[in-house]
Amino acid sequence: MAWTREQMAERAAKELRDGFYVNLGIGIPTLVSNYIPRGMSVQLQSENGMLGFGPFPYEGEEDPDLINAGKQTVTEISTTSYFSSADSFAMIRGGHIDLSILGAMQVAENGDLANWMIPGKMVKGMGGAMDLVAGVKKVVVVMEHSAKNEPKLLKNCTLPLTGAGVVDMVITDLGVFTIDKKGGGGMTLIELAPGATLDEIRAKTQASYHIANVL
Amino acid sequence: MQKVYPDPRAALAGLLRDGMMIMAGGFGLCGIPEQLILAIRDSGVKNLTVVSNNCGIDGVGLGILLDSRQIKKMISSYVGENKTFAQQYLAGELEIEFNPQGTLAERIRAGGAGIPAFFTRTGAGTQIAEGKEQREFDGNRYVMERGLIADLSIVHAWMADTEGNLVYRKTARNFNPMMATAGKVTVAEVEHLMQPGQINPDHIITPGLYVQRLVHVPNAVKHIEQRTLRKRTAPAGTGEEV
Repeated sequence: MAWTREQMAERAAKELRDGFYVNLGIGIPTLVSNYIPRGMSVQLQSENGMLGFGPFPYEGEEDPDLINAGKQTVTEISTTSYFSSADSFAMIRGGHIDLSILGAMQVAENGDLANWMIPGKMVKGMGGAMDLVAGVKKVVVVMEHSAKNEPKLLKNCTLPLTGAGVVDMVITDLGVFTIDKKGGGGMTLIELAPGATLDEIRAKTQASYHIANVL
Repeated sequence: MQKVYPDPRAALAGLLRDGMMIMAGGFGLCGIPEQLILAIRDSGVKNLTVVSNNCGIDGVGLGILLDSRQIKKMISSYVGENKTFAQQYLAGELEIEFNPQGTLAERIRAGGAGIPAFFTRTGAGTQIAEGKEQREFDGNRYVMERGLIADLSIVHAWMADTEGNLVYRKTARNFNPMMATAGKVTVAEVEHLMQPGQINPDHIITPGLYVQRLVHVPNAVKHIEQRTLRKRTAPAGTGEEV
């Protein structure tokens, strides 16, 4: 059995470290907040201008002035701070955020990422994704390994890029890959999901990759 | 100089003309200057270029100016919540210039700070960089982006004094402070209007020199775009939707 969405989020949470400032994208990445280990201090950043946010509010306590970047109502915690969008992206662009976890349509073996538009379809916009992948210290992609039998881990992205050479790690339902985006060492499969096999990954991956010795 | 105007229409009187560029604060429906947007609709001004992170939703916020076909072009980072937007765009009636959200915020900040252009890594190697000057600094590729100045900025603040000093509330701050600096004229709608001296000067986010006109909107209705709740029984931190 491959990993479920929840298990992919749980695996992504293993990239968290005590003291980290983290930005989580919409979808599976949002679920990562459920797996922050007890006793670990992790502050979540929301790019609309909030650092340190809590869970969704109880009914009757929702506040229109208190939302996350997905426009969902959230809550304040004891460490919360608020700031403008310019300050928020100064944090992001300036390399002050430790980890960004986000979804993707395609990732290439050199770390290129495509997740914001499909030519010919209505384009909604990139929001803060281009800034996050260009500025955050470590970028982790969480996505399904393939979409309708089309591989998503490619030699080259065919969709317009969100960032060139920006992804450090990809977690799919079948396993975990690292990408040596700076050193040019390519992509390496470092973990298999329970039940996934090297053969299955080979069949569903267009990108070339090394296989870590442990496998 | 009297900055306080009796209503949104009066606060915009003489400032609106066809074809102008307007910056509108807010993120989603949070911190939007909704009463000023309604007054712009009522004025009938047309062919507007609007700089705003989003374009409201159908029938709310800037979505109102789409319904009335007063917007010619949007400069935004994300417009996914709006069916009218998609229809007008696909029919060729509406232009869109997408900016990465941080680039948009910095273009506005730079414009207000007298910086005509800056270099950012955001978008390097993507189609956003096409046609723009690029330079290498310290081994990395950067894209030149221009500062933005608007004919008019409209912002929403939680509290102000009659001098125009502004205080924002929680995430309703978002784009409002930069936009207040980048309008040739800035008009602020404020929920609470105080006398000078009633706001702690240490708490002021936007100094009054950026704000030319003010209007008090004590009964403004605020909207929630995604009402996400936690069950009373759920353990803290699960963020479960109901």
